Amino acid sequence: MIAILALQGAFAEHELMLQRLGAETRLIRNLEDWNKTLPLKGVGRSGLVIPGGESTSMMRIMKDEGLFEPIREAILGGLPVLGTCAGLIMLDRNHLGVMDILAKRNAYGRQLGSFNAEEEFKGIGNVPMTFIRAPYIEEAGPDVEILATVDGKIVAARQANTLVTAFHPELTDDTRIHELFLSML
Amino acid sequence: MEDRTILNRQLAQMLKGGVIMDVTTPEQARIAEAAGACAVMALERIPADIRAAGGVSRMSDPKMIKGIQQAVSIPVMAKCRIGHFAEAQILEAIEIDYIDESEVLSPADDIYHIDKRKFKVPFVCGAKDLGEALRRINEGATMIRTKGEPGTGDIIQAVRHMRLMQSEIRRLVGMAEDELYEAAKQLRVPYDLVQYVHENGKLPVVNFAAGGVATPADAALMMQLGAEGVFVGSGIFKSGNPEKRAQAIVKAVTNYNNPAILAELSEDLGEAMVGINESEIELLMAERGK
Repeated sequence: MIAILALQGAFAEHELMLQRLGAETRLIRNLEDWNKTLPLKGVGRSGLVIPGGESTSMMRIMKDEGLFEPIREAILGGLPVLGTCAGLIMLDRNHLGVMDILAKRNAYGRQLGSFNAEEEFKGIGNVPMTFIRAPYIEEAGPDVEILATVDGKIVAARQANTLVTAFHPELTDDTRIHELFLSML
Repeated sequence: MEDRTILNRQLAQMLKGGVIMDVTTPEQARIAEAAGACAVMALERIPADIRAAGGVSRMSDPKMIKGIQQAVSIPVMAKCRIGHFAEAQILEAIEIDYIDESEVLSPADDIYHIDKRKFKVPFVCGAKDLGEALRRINEGATMIRTKGEPGTGDIIQAVRHMRLMQSEIRRLVGMAEDELYEAAKQLRVPYDLVQYVHENGKLPVVNFAAGGVATPADAALMMQLGAEGVFVGSGIFKSGNPEKRAQAIVKAVTNYNNPAILAELSEDLGEAMVGINESEIELLMAERGK
């Protein structure tokens, strides 16, 4: 069972892609939804996706709905998590603090700075990457494995049960990053 | 399709499930961002005041827009007049994140909309029905919103537009392939867009609700009718407690299908904007630009 944080943003795109890969999904809009999926906190074959959107918006709702602590604890307890774009920001030192990275928000500027690229992703090969008002990782601790860079900036990384991309694998037809995530469960 | 068009449609996808708030000062922009807005619309006067003031209403002062860009980290949108491509060029020059070619301002051209494919920045446009929506998309709009009736606090027009659009979409979905040519002719839109709607049961771009949203219940109503997010114009900063109302509307959009949460959110919000009924207004902004 994959829980997809559905507070704001492009959660439906992750849902579609994971369902295409045969995964069962559940949208998390509030604490009640989260508590109903409690069994997934026992790790096993469960995971969490934090989608793209606006991180300030998601953070605000997450805190007010009392979701911040339970989600943080579950991830620290080993729940596999995939964060894309805003999801990457949410997992960094200054937000949920579950990954030893520091995200630079709107690192490529405003919408005119949004772009597509195709770069090597460690263990997967070349993948298409869509960056929308994207962040990148400006600092990564020693336990963080760097998976991809674009123009020398870190755009994908993994640390234990956490996997993040600054780009949006859910917006392309390429399912390999979601497959990688499912293999972490 | 060009990369830029796709990227611009994708930015709108990131705004889904969110609330875009009208703001007139950096201070209001910060309140909106802190309340959880997914973007702000920078304008000199909110629609209710435009309506009250009368006269010609134009693009805002770029300096005022820049002040708001500096105040927040979320996307900043701004409005230009229908057909006023020079205003749009100016907004592109200050790197606005989204341009709203809006009927709220006085139209500059009563025949032609802006050729939005000429621009790198994305455009959102208002629509009352499927034909209008697809015509704007054909011109290059990468996001659609209902027109509603701005500055009234009356939801009836937004409901009417959203219901009509959804019912026309369902009608296209149910059509036989060979009926689509005639449908394209009647809707006055290109065949390939009609075919897209027939196959996918939705617009090829994100569709938000706008115009007349004043309460968490209004926002939930529009979401349940098929909106993918909500614009709130005068409804927030014309109310008694903007901060609290803004937060409540943000959460109502997330939990639009949960009446228990909506009930909690609707409590104790202070005065809603006074509002004007549809039948009491002289100027129907929704009739601008078809």
